[in-house]
Order: sequence, then structure tokens, then C-alpha cells
Amino acid sequence: MSDKIAFEMDGLTVEAEPGESIWQAARRVGVSIPHLCHSAEPGYRSDGNCRVCMVEIEGERVLAASCIRKPTPGLKVVTNSARAKKAREMVFELLIADQPPKSQAHDPQSKFWNWAADIGIERSRFPSREPVDCDSSHPAMAVNLDACIHCGLCVRACREVQVNDVIGMAYRGSGSKIVFDFDAAMGDSTCVACGECVQACPTGALMEANLLNEEGVRTEFEDRSVDTLCPYCGVGCQTRMHIKNDRILYVDGRDGPANNNRLCVKGRFGWDYIYNEHRLTRPLIRKANAPKRWDIEINPADPSEYFREASWEEALEKAASGLARARDNHGGSALAGFGSAKCSNEEAYLFQKLVRTGFGTNNVDHCTRLCHASSVAALMEGIGSGAVTAPFKAAEDSDCVIVIGARPEQNHPVAATFFKNAAKKGTKLIVMDPQGQGLSRYASHVLQFKPGQDVALLNAMLHTIIEDGLTDEQYIQAHTEGFEELKKRVSEFSPEKMSEVCGIAAEKIREVARLYATSERSIVFWGMGISQHVHGTDNARCLIALALVTGHIGRRGTGLHPLRGQNNVQGASDAGLIPMVYPDYQPVEDEDVRKRFEKAWGQRLDPVKGLTVVEIMHAVSAGEIRAMYIQGENPAMSDPDQKHAREALSNLEHLVVQDIFLTETAWQADVVLPASAHAEKLGTYTNTNREVQLARPAVSLPGEARQDWELIQEIGKRIGLDWNYSHPREIYSEMAALMPSLTNISWERLEAEDAVTYPVDGPNVPGNEIMFSDSFPTKDGRARLVPAGLVPPDELPDETYPFVLTTGRLLEHWHTGAMTRRASLLDRLEPVPVALLNPRQLESFSLSPGDEVKVTTRRGSINIATRSDGQVPEGMIFIPFCFSEAAANLLTNPQLDPYGKIPEFKFCAARVESVRETTNVPQQTT
Amino acid sequence: MTKSDVREIPPGAGRRKNFAFPKGRQLSEQALEEIRVLLGNHSRNRDQLIEILHLVQDRKGCLSASHLQAIASEMGLPMAEVYEVASFYAHFDIVLENEIPPPPITVRVCDSITCMINGAEQLIKELENGTDNSSIRVLRAPCMGRCEVAPTVEVGHRHVDKATFDSVQEVIGSGNHKAPDIQYTDYQSYRREGGYQLLEKCIAGAMKAEEIISVLSDAGLRGLGGAGFPAGRKWQFVLAESKPRLMTINADEGEPGTFKDRYYLERDPHRMLEGALIAAWAVEAERCYIYVRDEYPSVLNIIDKEIRELEASGLTSHCGLELRRGAGAYICGEESAMIESIEGKRGLPRHRPPYIAQIGLFGRPTLNHNVETLYWVRDIIEKGADWFSRQGRRSRKGIRSFSVSGRVREPGVKLAPAGVTAQELIDEFSGGLLDGHKFKGYLPGGASGGILPATMADIPLDFGTLEDYGCFVGSHAVIILSDQDDMKEVTLNLMRFFEDESCGQCTPCRNGTEKAVRLMENGIWDGALLEELSQVMADASICGLGQAAPNPIRSLIKYFPEEFS
Repeated sequence: MSDKIAFEMDGLTVEAEPGESIWQAARRVGVSIPHLCHSAEPGYRSDGNCRVCMVEIEGERVLAASCIRKPTPGLKVVTNSARAKKAREMVFELLIADQPPKSQAHDPQSKFWNWAADIGIERSRFPSREPVDCDSSHPAMAVNLDACIHCGLCVRACREVQVNDVIGMAYRGSGSKIVFDFDAAMGDSTCVACGECVQACPTGALMEANLLNEEGVRTEFEDRSVDTLCPYCGVGCQTRMHIKNDRILYVDGRDGPANNNRLCVKGRFGWDYIYNEHRLTRPLIRKANAPKRWDIEINPADPSEYFREASWEEALEKAASGLARARDNHGGSALAGFGSAKCSNEEAYLFQKLVRTGFGTNNVDHCTRLCHASSVAALMEGIGSGAVTAPFKAAEDSDCVIVIGARPEQNHPVAATFFKNAAKKGTKLIVMDPQGQGLSRYASHVLQFKPGQDVALLNAMLHTIIEDGLTDEQYIQAHTEGFEELKKRVSEFSPEKMSEVCGIAAEKIREVARLYATSERSIVFWGMGISQHVHGTDNARCLIALALVTGHIGRRGTGLHPLRGQNNVQGASDAGLIPMVYPDYQPVEDEDVRKRFEKAWGQRLDPVKGLTVVEIMHAVSAGEIRAMYIQGENPAMSDPDQKHAREALSNLEHLVVQDIFLTETAWQADVVLPASAHAEKLGTYTNTNREVQLARPAVSLPGEARQDWELIQEIGKRIGLDWNYSHPREIYSEMAALMPSLTNISWERLEAEDAVTYPVDGPNVPGNEIMFSDSFPTKDGRARLVPAGLVPPDELPDETYPFVLTTGRLLEHWHTGAMTRRASLLDRLEPVPVALLNPRQLESFSLSPGDEVKVTTRRGSINIATRSDGQVPEGMIFIPFCFSEAAANLLTNPQLDPYGKIPEFKFCAARVESVRETTNVPQQTT
Repeated sequence: MTKSDVREIPPGAGRRKNFAFPKGRQLSEQALEEIRVLLGNHSRNRDQLIEILHLVQDRKGCLSASHLQAIASEMGLPMAEVYEVASFYAHFDIVLENEIPPPPITVRVCDSITCMINGAEQLIKELENGTDNSSIRVLRAPCMGRCEVAPTVEVGHRHVDKATFDSVQEVIGSGNHKAPDIQYTDYQSYRREGGYQLLEKCIAGAMKAEEIISVLSDAGLRGLGGAGFPAGRKWQFVLAESKPRLMTINADEGEPGTFKDRYYLERDPHRMLEGALIAAWAVEAERCYIYVRDEYPSVLNIIDKEIRELEASGLTSHCGLELRRGAGAYICGEESAMIESIEGKRGLPRHRPPYIAQIGLFGRPTLNHNVETLYWVRDIIEKGADWFSRQGRRSRKGIRSFSVSGRVREPGVKLAPAGVTAQELIDEFSGGLLDGHKFKGYLPGGASGGILPATMADIPLDFGTLEDYGCFVGSHAVIILSDQDDMKEVTLNLMRFFEDESCGQCTPCRNGTEKAVRLMENGIWDGALLEELSQVMADASICGLGQAAPNPIRSLIKYFPEEFS
């Protein structure tokens, strides 16, 4: 190839790829050049500062750093000349002078000491610097700057790779120092504990604290490592778990398609929940005299007042017989099942198959209902597919990125890093959300609009785009229908009129609309700020319309991407854990489809679609549903109007809960089946990018706990199903045969490649990341534009309830907190319930940050400590829903979006009162 | 509501602390308001960070943590980024919550080589012991470019030349700590003497850029900041790159012993400015940044005022001029470090390639020149290439402005032919050696150009003539040493300077300068080890600072063996 660069290395001709450094070319041809400040991992810029990788170039006065120097044609390089070797040795000798001796090295197996041994330098003739204090202020990471060589990899990790922007190289010369913010202790800084710096540090100056002994020396080493996945969010980070004596020691990121080695605090440090003392290790059966009441509380460490331990045989028998009895006495519609978006595709598939074939009903759902059901409804209606049209890394190819109703730094932290990377490279980032957020620092435009006024804002943008003639006429003609109606409807929504409604100046609305429309490539990302409203489907319709009228879909760097929440919410939905559809969204009420599944599964199926999550709870309350099987879900925490949900659960005649902890839901169970945690099982998971990935078991199951798929099969067998699966791969193969989306993705391929994006056109080609370049999977191949009107939030603030209550997550806690609050490091970082209020709001109540308030809505009331947070607008209170002791969902409004059946978690009216009881708060004054 | 509404058994075992705030330091609304008022409509662009830090330091006397955070917030920058910049430059005083703000008066005593041999150490001791440290702090500072009147001290922004304890006390007591107004050729006077006619001719199209370039090339004009790169060729390189192009002027004259740029800027600033505007016109640079070191407060005032005059006159319509103020960092005299500093960052030299002519300021092709180089442009064009090139000795071309200091009777800027020798500089231009001193050696090129013995004072001084001896002429700062100077002390002083001024980016320089100083301080004059270290510093440092820093050591070993042992 002509664009290759031929140069000479150690007397041999080498061809460098364009853009390749001498170091990279050398590595490719098998020449190893020692290096410290250079990392070959993706996302790391070469910096050339350590001067270890020096090479001699003919005709040049000084040596060159091979990691940063790019060869030019004919360049003559000697990698191992006497001068280059001398430089390398001297650099090591200079650095070793200031290190703790190898015998006391924080990490004797660090890259630094390995290279030092490699080039044969272990001692220094130079005097040492003054001793450096160590910083143990952070619970997860030890900072031992006496081992720092100022290579700046941690700075690049923090500032350029993850863009969390905490670490700096301060001062200068030999006084140079790694600092956090303004030279704060790491634990007092704005550090979000992604741990990228720990993974990057070549010396052990930054390390997982749990690997070190009291002297700060690493004593813990893995005996094996397992490539698997992070269990938390929809990003789907690939991880490598390092294990000692069948116990997880620490976790690194792997170069997965979604994460390029990156992890967040949950993925890196939130793994020890599986060892929590609350872990269920034996089956439990409710004691005969133990009452079921919505407001009972059971200590998960000692549930003996309510439950007794049982043998597997007894527990399974009791679990299955209760389900069978309800079915036999009242019919399939008296049963329901909740599967889990945390579990694997195989488990989801098997669970929905159990409900449909074993229970005889379509009453099967999961928490997708509570997150993106409205987005999926709008997407199915508009473009015939509920999945994302482009991966989130498409942001890096995009000229204009809109992030609306999402706080990815908290909820999709690794995805957020790619948005920030894009913004730093010049992509225009538009952040729209009633709450402020850290991402806004990188934004070209920030629109902090009034809560619940999404449609007003988005319709005004559509209005501008159409009025200014910025639509893509050709695209609209060729690929859409319904434009005229949309045009007519949005003509009423001038930015001037909507400005008042949404609180954004008309000119700003126009500017942003024009930017989105006129950029070569624009893409939209959204989260639950869009979906969790009674007008959630309308919100999503507007976003779809934006993309369609401008033709910003189906090309590189364009598209629609609802950021999926759970690690396998895409997969669980694909696998049919939805009441209206079988796997791959095939409608249960379509006779041809049903016949096909009846044939595949060998029995008649319920022809009527089932009930959704909140509807099931209503049906339980109404006595229509009598028995439930809940696997890995926690509706007692995650459903709105928690009192109602818990009352419903307590009214069930028979409740089987299969989980790893005695969740709030399990408090109402008749039988509790101890199941497998993510780190203990084998299975496939589908992330927000449509990447199907394989997770491998890292450690053994504790006690008598069993694999989820085995338990589902045991229940199935006991209610009359003739099942005989012996391995998840068999379930996967059966599922894949029924799901066109999984064509060309065999279990074996996943074992070999770890991740494959669907759809994929052949067994040996990569999957299609960008969808719908030619047509849409609708009947006529066209997308449908659906106009949206203004629907106000169900419950507006009034005199009695003057605040807007909105709920969501904290960075450290996942969903209902069942896992993360039992992960020791996450628990230490965010230990207590907090309600976030604007500092000025607190002042208006004469409250100090940390003081307790009473928050009341029409559903209930909680007492909770306040946190002063300028990101929350005045008039709003934000409560994370992960804290069972001050549960936000006691307060939330269960009103549903009519299409997606999703509750309005993001908006209800609330009253906030001072409790005049100052809690003992160590006030941070720094 | 009933009591049971409050859950009592959370799954979390935590409860260690209740965090009443988001992570990390909290932004003070009051500090933010103060910063907003202070900045007014000042640009918040990233490249303004150092200017903004100056603004706050000047007004508040220091940079408090709460103000720094407010600056970060106002500029949309990470705290770490603001902190690393503020802590890099010597003229910013960061004051964290648990720290005491500096006293109102700062006295900086130059402790670089010429001032050292003129008694700076004694003066520092006297000042430290003899002043009230609650109202005055005495700081050591590197060369202030006033070596002809050493030792020098700066009280606030007012310099005290040939300073003594008493004269410094007098200035402190006077209450006037501002930079004095200096008499110089201002815009009107310069015009009256025919200034800017050449520029006007250029802009009017009466001259062609190629003509100018060829005259400069014929004259043999070279970069007089120290590198000696032919000016005409540099213009051609920049012209060959795509537009938009930028220009920078390096008035960060920090090489110890050098004061010629200050000399010209305090006397005839427009001769340099006209040269700059002609260069900008020739390479079609659309904006020109003038980076002046903070140690030259009078020059800063002059340039600031004269830029405004020029703007009003319309002579900058083809290329706006922008003054940028250094903040106390020798390394920013290195052109790529200076560019980083103009961008508002720490002054870390960049790797080459790419050269700044290709990728320079804000990523654009950039023409950078030293003050003196531009100072000669008008004269060369007006008087002809030959006028300049014929003024040399020993077949060297051109005239040079030598900053001569040390043990001579008449130190100062000496306009001398290229190729003049040290002995000639002493005898012909500087009135000979001081009484009672015996010529022992000299620094031909400031702190980094090495040291030569008196026996080698007959080498022509010019670019390329000293390299064979492990030395270079650089910025033409010649410091004369005598039998009263301890060469080990001199070497240690120079190495301490490099240790203080190393940016810290690369290991050989950051650790090498520090280790060399520690060895010498500990009396370990291990020639073999120091030579080994020197070789690697010279071979493997990123920029000229680290590469040249070992020159004094190597000179000492080579030329003063009797003192080294």
C-alpha cells in the first residue's frame, strides 16, 4: 500500500501504518521498547515525557521518544544504540532514587519494577528526595505518591480518557505533584472513583486500597482471572475479574466495544455485594404464623421471625404447588410473573416461556415498563423497532449531540465519557434537562427547561426547523409519512409562545433547533427524564420527529438512542419478557405469530396480551391475580406509590421470590429461592448498543444457592413442563432459533468474540451498528411522524404541595440499591438517604445542609436528610429511589402514560417541611 | 403519617458520614459574585486563564481557593486545570483555607549568577533578618534582566538597582512600589523620525514580501533569542503553510545575564513593533501576540500603551496586536512553552516535530520571533542587507547586542560585531576588568551556554562557533568571572537555577537537575557520575533547557579541573 511509510529500524526495513509511531511500528514487528508514560491502551495519547523509550535517529543531535515520534520515509532508527540504552538506564536510575526500595514497593509487580528488572537497573547512585506523605483518605483507592514518577498517565486517564477532570499535575520541576482538585486529599475531592487512574498507573502509586497491607505494600495477588461483564447499567462494560481462592480480588475494565477498558465506580468497586452477610444461601419458607402486611420490615440479616430455612426439595415443591394450585383453581390469568432485566437472555427467555406455557398467561413483564416503555412504544409506532438506531459511541462521529432527560454521568457513566470525548474534540453538545449536571461543562448549549415541558420545547424546535426550511425534504418524501399533519400541528407551537411554557428564551430554542438541523450529523440521546411521564410517549415522538424531518437517522453519527437502563433491559425485552409480545417483539395477538410459537413450544398459548407491571399490581389488589413468581425484581421498591404496591404484594395468596437477597419484595413472599449473582453465572446479555455479550462465571455460588435458569426449570418441571435443559447454551440456541435478530450469532461465536452487535449479516462479519439507512421495519418501509400535543403532568404543584418531586439515581447506587447498598465501598461513598435541594431553597427554610426535612405527597410522607446541591433548580426536590429507609417511591405518582404504561416517576407535587431536628452532620467547609 | 412510614432497616451497613454536600469543595456564591464583578466583560476564553489569574492576584494580593474555584466555574474549567496553571507560575500566590495570605509587600531579590557574584546572598540575609515579616516577605527570584546594575531587587513592581539593604529599605518606606515611567521614543516621536513609512509602503503594495525576505536573507539576519535560525527562511516556512496563520513575539527574556530586549523595548519599542507588523504582513498572520515577561513591568506598560496608539492609528488593521503577560517562568522563553502559556496553560515545551511554523499557537502555523530580531528589520530594509552583513569580525556577519555583565568596569548592552571575542568585549566595549580582579573565565551565553576559561577568550562569539567547545553563544549574554569567583559556587548557582525553572515534564531534566544539585550540595563532586548524567540530560531531555542544563557542569569538569576536584 502506498500510504505506508517505509523506514529503517535496526538495519531492517519496516513499514509503518499511517499515523503509527516508531514505538507502535516496533511493537508490531516484534521489537520491544521499554516504556512507562506511554500506554498502548485505547484513548491514551502518547506524551513522550518519561524518556524511557528513547531511540537514536541518524542525523539527529538528540535522541527521540519512540512513542511520540512518527517515522518519515527513509528515517534510520536504532532502537538499542549505546546512547539510547544509556538514556533508558539513567532514567530508571533517576526514578529509582525516589522510589521506596523494591523490597518495600507498593506494587512489586508493577510495570515500573518489571521494566526495571528487564533492563537490569534496581539501584540508584543518586540521593533520594524528601519522603512523601501517603493519602489514604479514599475508601477505594490508596494514593502513594512516593512511588509517583510523574508520567502523567493518571492525568490523561482522568482528564482525557474518562474526562472526570479531577487529577492535575501541579507545581513544577522537581516539585511537580499529582493533585486532586486544589491539592485536596483524594477522598475530599470531586473524584468519582472511576478508578481509571488506578488501572493506568504503572508504579502502584495509585492502587486499589484493598490489595495493600497496613504498610501500603501489595500482598494480594490473583491466582486466576475471568473475562466477564459488569452487572449494572445498560452500557455493558466488559470486565476482567481477578480472583484469589475463588474470591474476587479486584476488577479491571476490558477493551469491550462499549467501554474500551473504561469502568465507573460501580463496575470497578461495586462487586462485593455478593459476599454481603445478607446473601441468601438457603431456601426460605414463610412461617405459618408470620403475617403479611405492607408495612412489615424484616431484618435481612436475621429473618427468623418470619421465615424458616428449608431443603431445596421442600421449597421447590411448595413454590411450584402454590403456583399450580392458583392456575388450576382460577386459570392462568390468576397468575403473573416478573422476570428481570438484570438476568441473562437465557433466563429471561426461559422465564417468559415458563409463564406463557406453564402458567398459561401472558402476564409477564419486567422493569422495562418502568424505564423506557414509552420510548419503546413511540419507537415501535414511529420506526417499527424499539432498539437504538446507533450505538452511543456514534457521538464521536457526530457534529451535534443532544442529551435530553438524561444524566449519563450518574446513570451511564462510561457512555458519558464518550460524550465528553466528543465534545472536547469539537462536537456540539446540547444538554437539555430541568436539573443541572456535570456534563453541562462540556456543552455548547444548556437548556434547563421547566420540568414536564418537554413537548413544548421540542415542538418549538420542530416549528423552527419547518419554518426556517431546514427540513430534509428528500428524506421526508422518500422515508416518512404524516409530515403534513405534523407540520400543521407544530405550526401552533412557535418558540415565542412556547418560551413561556418551557422557560427557555425563544431565540435559544431557535438557535438549538438550527444547530441540530443544519449540522452534517446529529444524534439524540435520552433517558428517563423523557420516558417517565404521563406524556412520555409524546416526548419520544417529538424526538423521533426531529430526527426524521432532518434526516438525522440511518447515517454514521446520526440516530436515536434511548439510553437503556439495566444491563440486560434490551436483552430481556428482546427475549419476550413483555406481556404483549413473544421474543423479538412478535405480537401475541397475531394469530400467525402465535401459531408459530405454539408449534415451537408444543402447546396452546393464551391469545390475549397480558398485563403490565403496574396493571398487575392493580389486578392483585382487585383479587384477580392470586399468585406470582418474581425473579430478580424488586417492585416493592421500584414501583410508584410503594404503599399500594406493597399492599398488593401482601395480598397475594402465593408469592415466590427468587433473588440473591431478602428484598423488600421478598418480605411478602411465601417461598424465597436463593439464586445466582451475576458474577456466578454464565449467560448472554444485550446492552443499550444492541451488543450481545457473553458473561462468564467468575466465582462459585455460595452455600446452597443455585443457578437461576435451573430454578426456573425446576419450577417448570413441577408445574407440568417437560423441560430438560442441561446448559445455558441449549436455552440460547432454542431462543436464537425463534429470534431473527440473533441470526448469525451463535453461542460459539459469542464464546470466541465475546460481543456481537445485532443484526448481523453473516457468521463472520461484524454486526450493523447503524440501522435503517434504506428503510424502516414497518409495513411500507416508511417511518411514521406522530404529532404530540401538550399534556400537562398529572399532578401539578399547588398551594398545599408547592414543590416538584423528581426521582432518579445517584452515581454510586444502582436502581433499588439491593446490590449497591450492600457493596461495601459504594455504601461508604453514599451511605444514607438524601434529598437534594437548591442551596437558596434551604436558606429560605432556614435550614442548614444536612438538616432533616419531611417530604409529603398525596401518597405518603418520609423524613430525609437534605443535601445542598446547586444543580437542582429552586422549587424542585430530587430524591434517589435507592434508599429503602426513606423510599422515594412511597411518594411518587402511579399515573401512567396511556401508550407505554409507564408511571410518572419524574414529576409529582410535594410539600417540604423543616423537621427542626439537626442531624449530626460533619459539615464540609472546604 | 404513621411511624411505620419511616423505614428502619436499610440494607446498607454504612452510616459513616452524612454528606450534606456533593463531592468535593463547594463553590462559594460570594466568591463567584466577586469574580464576576472583577472580570466584568473580560473574555472567559480558555486562553485568558493566566490573564485572569493576574487580574485577581493584582487586586486581591493572592489567589484564594474560593476565588480559584470561582474562576474555574466562571470559565467552565476543571479545578485541577486552574490549579495546575496557577501553581506553575512563580508570580501567583495560591492561598488555601488553612494558609495565611502573603504580606502586602513582596521583595524579590535576584539570586541569579551576576547578582550572586555582586553580593545577592549577603543582601538576602540582611533583608530577611532586617525586615518585619508580617508586612514584608523577602523572596529569592531568578534573573530580572538588570545584570548591568546588579545586585537588583524588586519591591512590588519597582526595581532597586545596585541594591543595598538601605536603598531597599528606603524604597519600601517610600510607599511607591509601582514600576516607574520611563522616557522612550513613543509613537509620535517614532513617526516623526520616519517610523512606519516602511510598513505603510508594504501595506500599500509598494514592497513585496519576497523582496523583504530576500533582503533579510542576504543580510544574514538570524533569530537573536538564542537559536540563530535564519529569519528569512523562517518566514518562508510559515508562508508555505496554510492560512490562517498567527504570529508571536517572544519578550520573555529570561536567560540569566540577558537584558538586551528590555534595553530596546524601554527605549525604542516601535522599531520592534514596526518589524513585527512588517513580518505579520509578509507572512499574512492575522493576529500577533506579544509575550512579555512579568519581570519587566515598565515594558508591559509601554507595550500596552503603544499597542493602543497603533490601533488608533490604523496600522494594525492587517494584524491585531495582543499583549500577554508572563507570570514568572523561565521556561516560557522556549518558544513552544511560550505558546502554551499564551494559550493559558502551563509552560510545557512541546515535542518536535511538528514545528510551530506548522502547528503552533492554537494549532495554527505560527511565526515566532525574538524582540531583537524584529528590531533590526526596518534598519536592514532601509539601509540595505549589506549595511548589516558587513558588520562582522572574523568573517561572521552582522551586528549583535551583547549583554555584558560581571566583573567589568562598564557592564551593559554592547552593540558589537558578530564574531567579536570575549577579550575584545572586555577591552574595547566594557572598559576592562574591575580593579583588583583577574580574568578567570566567562559565560558566553548566559546560564546555559557553558563556561569558558580566560585562556579561551579569543574564540569568535557567534552562532556555531562555540559548539565544538561544548558551549554556545545563545542570547549573547556574556558574564565575566574573575579570580574572586568560586567556580563550584557558580556552577551550583546555575544548576539551582535550572532546577527551579525546569518545567518538570521530562525525567532527565526534572530529576536530573534536582539530583545534580543534591550531589553538589552534598559535596559529592563525582565527575564520572555527573558526566554520565549530563550526557543523558543532553541526549534525552525534551527541550533546550534540559539539554543545556548540564553545560556548566561539563565545562567545569573540562576547563576548571583544578577547581572541580
